[in-house]
Amino acid sequence: MTPTPLDADAPLIQLDHVHKQFANGTVALRSMSITIGEHAFVSLVGPSGCGKSTALRLIAGLTEPSAGRIIRHASLGTNNAIGFVFQEPTLMPWTTVAENVYLPLRVQGISRRQAGPRIDAVLDMVGLRSFSKAYPRELSGGMKMRVSIARALITQPKLLLMDEPFAALDEMTRFKLNDDLLALWERHRWTVIFVTHSVYESAYLSTRVVVMAPRPGRVIADLAQEAAYPRRDAFRISAEYGAFCRTISEQLHHARPTHV
Amino acid sequence: MSEPDTPALNIAQCRRARIDRALQIVVPIIVLLAALVAWEAIVRIKQIPHYIIPTPSLVAQTLIKDWHTLAPSLWFTLELTFAALAMATLGGVLLAIVLSMSRWAELAFLPFAVILQVTPIVAIAPLIMIYVDSTFGALLICAWIVAFFPILSNTIIGLRSADHNLRDLFQLYRASPSQRMRWLLIPSSLPYFLGGLKIAGGLALIGAVVAEFVAGATGKNTGLASRVLEASFRTEIPRMFAALVLICLCGVLIYLLFNGLSRWLLGRWHESELKGDR
Repeated sequence: MTPTPLDADAPLIQLDHVHKQFANGTVALRSMSITIGEHAFVSLVGPSGCGKSTALRLIAGLTEPSAGRIIRHASLGTNNAIGFVFQEPTLMPWTTVAENVYLPLRVQGISRRQAGPRIDAVLDMVGLRSFSKAYPRELSGGMKMRVSIARALITQPKLLLMDEPFAALDEMTRFKLNDDLLALWERHRWTVIFVTHSVYESAYLSTRVVVMAPRPGRVIADLAQEAAYPRRDAFRISAEYGAFCRTISEQLHHARPTHV
Repeated sequence: MSEPDTPALNIAQCRRARIDRALQIVVPIIVLLAALVAWEAIVRIKQIPHYIIPTPSLVAQTLIKDWHTLAPSLWFTLELTFAALAMATLGGVLLAIVLSMSRWAELAFLPFAVILQVTPIVAIAPLIMIYVDSTFGALLICAWIVAFFPILSNTIIGLRSADHNLRDLFQLYRASPSQRMRWLLIPSSLPYFLGGLKIAGGLALIGAVVAEFVAGATGKNTGLASRVLEASFRTEIPRMFAALVLICLCGVLIYLLFNGLSRWLLGRWHESELKGDR
């Protein structure tokens, strides 16, 4: 059995008193400090408006903090070190699965022929090799999300950012993708930061769960999940899992806004 | 309970789809032929003189008889329309790219485009005739003005409609502005551009015909509008109808051409052109 990776590994990225205020005055994040270590699977959990997605966008460099620092450690590297999976599959509908997955390499100037084996390998990894010539509209919601994950993985990123990737899927598909994602992570051990509003999903997947509260967005608890990997269906009905879900739920109860 | 016979079901579905496709062509043709037969019958039964309403058969005869004068005019109108459309497409797309990249450029230049669009072409055409020596040049400018705006406005909307998450993705992978334009913004704007092109195609023809009416151009090297005007002065109503038929056919040709182009470019992925089961 693979030992549980601990966040005590070398730090990869660090948010140091990060504050984000939007132009309309809304404070999305107040003084968020968190260190993410290599090989960790960290979930950010919280109700809507708690700044989970903003934190992810800040880490990706898609927006700048209003105050505070984001420290990207040398171990993260610089070239396409980050993969991003959005809540929607965010595929280019005008082109095929293979061309969608090729995009990050194409931007780097890698020729289609050179990229071919890597595209095949990553599509194999998500079980969609035989759909490489299909258009996104010909795929189911779960398959589209797999393509999106394959695209994020093709650059072999050190850090994978996932913004509620399975929120729009039915429960059966979500469970299946949770298992597939975990299996991939157990094999490759990229660092994952996974935004979700599902207590159960975060407890199932993560080595660590960061609970956030809204208005203003802030961290209210940082919980380590000690359960060993691999985790499969049996884990979902274990006492350990149930207890951890309860702990997260209790923390979220404190985070509940007085009015919604 | 017996299982449904799937292959038989599929054959039946395919046959129904084939019949459906054939009917899409046959039905409009039948209705058109019926309308022509009704027209012919009414004119003959009511004995309406041909200088008021000619029968379709007389219009067809005139079309054949006068083909030697109508054909160059048809070519002139088509040439004018497509030249105006090409200029409108080139100018509209290039300006849309510039305006979509800069809010300031849009603020500065879009009012000019709007002024040109909202001022009726019949009101501007006489001025253009004064300022431009070449008749073809003047007519071309008139047709271009009418066709330009739909392409410009639709392409600007299209360039701005690219998915925000995809924009973020291109930013994350540090795509250059040119990569972003080629691989994201242009494909995203294609359905909008083609919508503009369909409108502009029809408008370019209208612009070409209206401008020629305003110019009152006569002589050998002129278009179908001049043939209509000439025929009306001489009360040669069948010839007038023949020229009108050719103008209509030009419009239908342009419509079919751009519909086909749109289906070819968007048929595999865009909702507007998708057919069949999902």
